[in-house]
Amino acid sequence: MDSKKSIFFEDYGVTTSDLEQYLNAALERGGNYADIYFEYKINYSIALEEQIIKTATKAVNIGVGIRVLSGEKTGYAYAEDLDKQSILKAARTAAFIASNSSAGGTVAIHPQMAREHNLYSVSLLSTDLGIQQKIALIREADQAAREYDPRIHQVQASYVDESKHVLIVSSDGKYVWDVQPLVRLNVSCIAEENGKRQSGYQGGGGRRSLDIFEDDLNPTALAREAARQAILQLSAVDAPAGPMEVVLGNGWPGILLHEAIGHGLEADFNRKGTSAFSGLIGKKVASELCTVVDDGTIPDRRGSLNVDDEGNPTHKTVLIEKGILQGYLQDQLSSTLTRASVTGNGRRQGYDHIPIPRMTNTFMVAGESAPEDIIRSVKKGLYAVHFGGGQVDITSGKFVFSTSEAYLIEDGKITAPVRGATLIGDGPTVLRQVSMVGNDLKLDQGVGICGKEGQTVPVSVGLPTIKIKGITVGGTEK
Amino acid sequence: MSRDLKESAEQVVRRAVQKGASDADVFIREEEKFSVTVRMGEVETLKEAVSRGLRLRVFLGKRTATSQTSDLSPSVLDKLVDESVEMARLTSEDQSGGLPERTAGDFNVAGLELVDPSWDKFTPEQRIEWARRTEAAAMKADSRITNSEGGSFDFERSRTVIGNTRGFLGEYAETGGSIASLPVAQSTEGMQRDFWVSVARFQSELESPETVGKHAADRTVRRLGARKVPTCEVPVVFDPLTARSLVGHVFQACAGDSIYRRSSFLFDLLNQQVGAQGLTIVDDARLKRGLGSVPFDDEGVPTQKTFVIEDGVLKNYLHSSYTARKLRSVPTGNGSRTGSGTIAVGPTNFYMLPGTASPEDIIGSVKSGLYIVELIGHGVNTVSGDYSRGAVGLWIENGKLSFPVHEVTIAGNLRQMMKDIEIIGNDVTFLGSVSAPTVKIRNMVISGE
Repeated sequence: MDSKKSIFFEDYGVTTSDLEQYLNAALERGGNYADIYFEYKINYSIALEEQIIKTATKAVNIGVGIRVLSGEKTGYAYAEDLDKQSILKAARTAAFIASNSSAGGTVAIHPQMAREHNLYSVSLLSTDLGIQQKIALIREADQAAREYDPRIHQVQASYVDESKHVLIVSSDGKYVWDVQPLVRLNVSCIAEENGKRQSGYQGGGGRRSLDIFEDDLNPTALAREAARQAILQLSAVDAPAGPMEVVLGNGWPGILLHEAIGHGLEADFNRKGTSAFSGLIGKKVASELCTVVDDGTIPDRRGSLNVDDEGNPTHKTVLIEKGILQGYLQDQLSSTLTRASVTGNGRRQGYDHIPIPRMTNTFMVAGESAPEDIIRSVKKGLYAVHFGGGQVDITSGKFVFSTSEAYLIEDGKITAPVRGATLIGDGPTVLRQVSMVGNDLKLDQGVGICGKEGQTVPVSVGLPTIKIKGITVGGTEK
Repeated sequence: MSRDLKESAEQVVRRAVQKGASDADVFIREEEKFSVTVRMGEVETLKEAVSRGLRLRVFLGKRTATSQTSDLSPSVLDKLVDESVEMARLTSEDQSGGLPERTAGDFNVAGLELVDPSWDKFTPEQRIEWARRTEAAAMKADSRITNSEGGSFDFERSRTVIGNTRGFLGEYAETGGSIASLPVAQSTEGMQRDFWVSVARFQSELESPETVGKHAADRTVRRLGARKVPTCEVPVVFDPLTARSLVGHVFQACAGDSIYRRSSFLFDLLNQQVGAQGLTIVDDARLKRGLGSVPFDDEGVPTQKTFVIEDGVLKNYLHSSYTARKLRSVPTGNGSRTGSGTIAVGPTNFYMLPGTASPEDIIGSVKSGLYIVELIGHGVNTVSGDYSRGAVGLWIENGKLSFPVHEVTIAGNLRQMMKDIEIIGNDVTFLGSVSAPTVKIRNMVISGE
């Protein structure tokens, strides 16, 4: 890598000897590992509603997070300017955690580590483009949603982007920088008829520039989809209650994997023994039709990164292979303490947060069934194709995810749309109920936001159409 | 410190005007944060920092743009102001836009008691000790508590400065501490976790580490052996923690921005009976030592006490200056600055007023039903009112808590649920800006086996 290419060297004059000095200050009380995370982030957001551009926003944030590890202990502090004294003060504050250990040696940095891949096909960052083009995108969405159906009464469309420059250096020799792009369009609609009101939402994006909105994710397509969902819900009937066969559509319903197993396989919970999956490696946790992967290396995807927020290259990690649990999602701390390999899953919301194990793009590998055959095989059940969000209690293993578009299946045919309902199940056992896996794997369109311990990070999910023999559907119709 | 922030505020709005803005306002907050977690008796994480953020809003007549930064250096601010004014030229005219007509005058901020000076003498060692004691109390409360996500202590001291081009320049300081415990219990039937937390502006009002740890342990142990129940329709009792989420949905539905967007199940229902008699919900920014109390909102509008629902009748929506103009109402001091600098509608102390029944009386009134202690998931549609969430609780049999329940959902519609409130408890629990007592709802569908 060319050391001239990071903003931190070019615009802020950070030098290798500064970095060595910070790391040494961080370890002056004897911590056994330290890292420094420089972040400079620009975002733009533009919002349209009632057919006018209501506001445009720019945000510029800069900060440096310093972490010191001493055994299982973490000391953390940050500075919000790149002044040498501010960073040194933060380093000494973080160092305090190791006050009882003996002092370590000095750290020397060798700036030759290269990234293993470049996953972002971006020639011009979206944040360097004028806002007129971005305004044009949401105007197009607004018009398309209104033209979809006269019952669409409100349209909100927004454009959000960010360019995040990071520089990560650690006492064990990691020294890496990156510029992480991210763009997203959102459209939500309210449909009204006879005093009934329903909403629909669709969004899309990824780690690209504005050209991502030229193809499948064009504003008109997103808007029409949001409008379609809102209109559809006007005729929805009450959702059923009780356990039943459920077919999940491909793509975003992969949120099942994120909640049911993904969080439970994050290494911090397993190291501490607080996950329902603790100690289950090598055990059968899913039907043999299920192979589940977390892959941070898929080009342009919302959950992808060249390096994670601890400076480790992202990986493709097999979580479940043919039903057998293979491994956990690791960060630096958990991998060190459990002597496992890092998997490039150490992530943080920003410089003001401690990195923890997180998912990237989590999906199930395609099977062999045709989606039509899967639906045809269900006598009475639910076909769920769109979801709002989900949540999991990693200790008991119980998880939920809530439909925003679902239909009844009666005698192998899709019939009435139903109102939103929460599906609830048990993470370590739900995938044992998977009896058919489709050949139509799809990743979501780039809207996932995952929250853990007060930190949000962008993620993706994916799924082929699958059938679950029994899961509890939380409707009102007994 | 505070003079610096005020100077930054004045400088920023001055520059906005120089660059062509007709109006501008600025919001600056400086926070000193401390956080410690002790797990299995050892310090696990220790985090300490001072952070700052500035949020600016500029107007060019009826057009607006906003910006936000953590970097308060003059060169960065100048550039951000200039770019904000340029961006505003590209947005649309919005007839309801503009600064509030009325901002707060002299107000005795000290009377609200937002700052507890006794925190000054509370050393880092004492803070760590509180986290340690909290976890220890949970671990020793019951032999089935075998593991822990830790005991923690958090402290924050902040200063907020708000200024605008019409001459308003106000500031206030706040303190807040919290103690939390997250124990894990184990039996042959599996693992369970729960938590308890105490939050207060004043050190003397926090529950002791021992109380928090013990309470967390009790809440956790009682979940051991939880099972599903058959699908049924029964009375449901929400504890104050889960009732709080219901009150939060009501807040969302009566916020002015949800109303002008027609995205609320309480749209167009002013002065109508929307809840059971006896249901009163207020937003009161002037509660002494209240966790959501502030002298003026994030636009400088004086705060107040607003009755939102009174005896079941929807009396008022809550407004920022924008939503008030839009809906031909008056600002209620609920303007809340979002992370990006725009103004939304936010709660101050938004809570359901207590009734007279004790929680025991409420549980005692149920022959067969569910007492809910945790809700998970996002299955709440505040546009249609459709409600379906994952629930954890205790089955009530003949007025007594009998066995723990999980992996079930509860479902209904918020419109009906508000009317079906049968009993309101006397135990309002303040843990943030939205609060509630124990609440009993006549009937909901439980989906289980």
